[in-house]
Amino acid sequence: MTRLRRAALVGNPNAGKSALFNALTGARQKIANYPGVTVERKVGRLVLPSGEPVELIDLPGSYSFDAASPDEEVTRKVVMGEFPGEAKPDALVIVLDAANLEQHLVFAQEVIALGVPTVVALNMIDLAERDGLVLDPAALSQALGVPVVPTVAVRRRGLAELTEAIGSAEELADAQSHPDPRPHITLPERRLTARNIAKAAILSESTEHRIHAGLDKVLLHPWLGPLILFAILFVIFQAVFAWATPFADALDAGAGALSGLVVANFPAGFLRDLVTEGVIAGVGSVVVFLPQIVILFFFILLMEASGYMARAAFVMDRMMASVGLSGKSFIPLLSSFACAIPGIMATRSIADPKDRLTTILIAPLMTCSARLPVYGIIIAAVIPNTSVAPFVGLQGLVLLGLYLAGIVGAMVVALVLRKSVTKGDASGFIMELPRYQLPAVKDLLIGLWQRAWVFLRRAGTIIFAATVVLWLLLTFPKADPGESQVDASFAGQIATAMHPVFEPIGFNREMTLALVPAMAAREVAVSSLATTYAVDSDDEDKTLAALEGKISQLWGLPTALAFLAWFVFAPQCVSTIAVARRETNGWKWPAFMVGYLFALAYAFAGLTYWLATAAGL
Amino acid sequence: MTLEALAIGQRARIVAVDWDRVAPEDGKRLRALGIDEGARIAIAHRGVLGGRDPIAIMIGRMTIALRRAHAEAMTVEHL
Repeated sequence: MTRLRRAALVGNPNAGKSALFNALTGARQKIANYPGVTVERKVGRLVLPSGEPVELIDLPGSYSFDAASPDEEVTRKVVMGEFPGEAKPDALVIVLDAANLEQHLVFAQEVIALGVPTVVALNMIDLAERDGLVLDPAALSQALGVPVVPTVAVRRRGLAELTEAIGSAEELADAQSHPDPRPHITLPERRLTARNIAKAAILSESTEHRIHAGLDKVLLHPWLGPLILFAILFVIFQAVFAWATPFADALDAGAGALSGLVVANFPAGFLRDLVTEGVIAGVGSVVVFLPQIVILFFFILLMEASGYMARAAFVMDRMMASVGLSGKSFIPLLSSFACAIPGIMATRSIADPKDRLTTILIAPLMTCSARLPVYGIIIAAVIPNTSVAPFVGLQGLVLLGLYLAGIVGAMVVALVLRKSVTKGDASGFIMELPRYQLPAVKDLLIGLWQRAWVFLRRAGTIIFAATVVLWLLLTFPKADPGESQVDASFAGQIATAMHPVFEPIGFNREMTLALVPAMAAREVAVSSLATTYAVDSDDEDKTLAALEGKISQLWGLPTALAFLAWFVFAPQCVSTIAVARRETNGWKWPAFMVGYLFALAYAFAGLTYWLATAAGL
Repeated sequence: MTLEALAIGQRARIVAVDWDRVAPEDGKRLRALGIDEGARIAIAHRGVLGGRDPIAIMIGRMTIALRRAHAEAMTVEHL
């Protein structure tokens, strides 16, 4: 008998597969992409009762092996052992939603027919019980010919039993049926079998599912539903700003204190300047926005885990249909408010290729969290902190306006694209609305940690590197006495060369300089401004507050507004372009995307500057 | 009558589907979800902001959202 090394979780979408994966493997997961496709490959370690570790893979949810999306294609290839570089799993764990047996057993039969050692996790059994279903796992096990273990992943029920069953799966392999001798079973036949097996496994059933239906009555109500969705979105964006402020202030103060500590303890010189002006001022000004990103992702994860996200897609479908998209595009676009990269990756659930391409092309117009630092600093610097109505501040209103500008821009662009480059039939919208459930805190925390880590890694690598390189370019060659350091530096010379292009739209040289590293990551625009002004000042205060003062002192209002308008449409960071390339299999669409965004950004920044100047602001 | 014309809450069985009126990928997805001839369904919700789109149907214990155009391709009979 060969040792069990690799097992994979398979099942329909919404069977609670990811929650089970989290419960079985804990937080130590490796998330990467399958080469060539942007489908997440999640691998964790499961320790068997014998003490032996098993590599557990979480495969994308599938309705069948007859793949309809890139996700399902990955699942099929990995399970069949056809995925290049991925060994065939030694055992499979089918995750079934206990309350949707009849539907989920259709795919389960396909999996079992492969003849690989298989265990069934009869998951979310508590929700089935809540819906008045009483199930007989033993009968199900007998009908399917494989072990069946009832589990509640989010409450950690049945995990030990499941692990034990996986451990013995190999031994059972001989006893289990070998590859199905009748591989050409039709879908209606499978469906009939599924119905009969489900019927036999259900001991009693009441047709009540009150909580679910009651919530849907309100949340999918023709008028209340949209109202509630917009109220939720309003609360989310309020929270992102209000709740994050104390944490952001604390981080900023921490960066200032750290900088002071370095200044006090190290001799003045090149290295000390590099650390305070380059690293702490640069990276610090970006890390400050971690709280906002975490809060936004918290709400997105909460909406996904509770089952509400699919309802939001339902509610938004009609609106999205008016610009030629479907409600399915709403989820990637909402994620894009945090970051366009997971947003573009989430488009893989959109089956229609033209729909998906359009969504990818407009995703960068959603104001990602990396643009928040830029908006935040400039708004704080040039927009007076006054109230236009009780509880409605002018600064918040301007911010809302920037978000809306991005959304309206995206809708108009989608409409134009669907009538030109991605012309085609109106897309369909078919989506399962999963049952509501209380999300497990652990799943939320794991999700949040993974997102925060991605952001911090960016801050520690690409943003760090860009900041240091920029600082070096700003520091050398040294200026002659009486000459401005920025003017003399390499960076200053580059900016001077580029400046004629951006001068007509009101950008000063520091802004022009900030645009270059902002292509690496948008938030670098802020650290770049911070570094530029820090290099030029004798001030010891290199924090965000100091930068704010500089901007309000040195920039005119039209210039600041033009900079904001630029970032509504600005071509996105290099990582987004890379993801778009991978998603669209070539450079054609990313090039198109960068081109149209650049044109829009230039036009709108210019328009803003000229109008604001004409208005005498 | 078509599924589109079915009243909310009324139980029905799909007796025929004109798959030519449904995009091939959509058809694949609908069949994978069990929405096919013989399926017992009911409409749970219809429309947002005064429109008749999209539609949420119950099949077994699943709720599936689809478009009016899909529902128009399906012939149903009352149960």
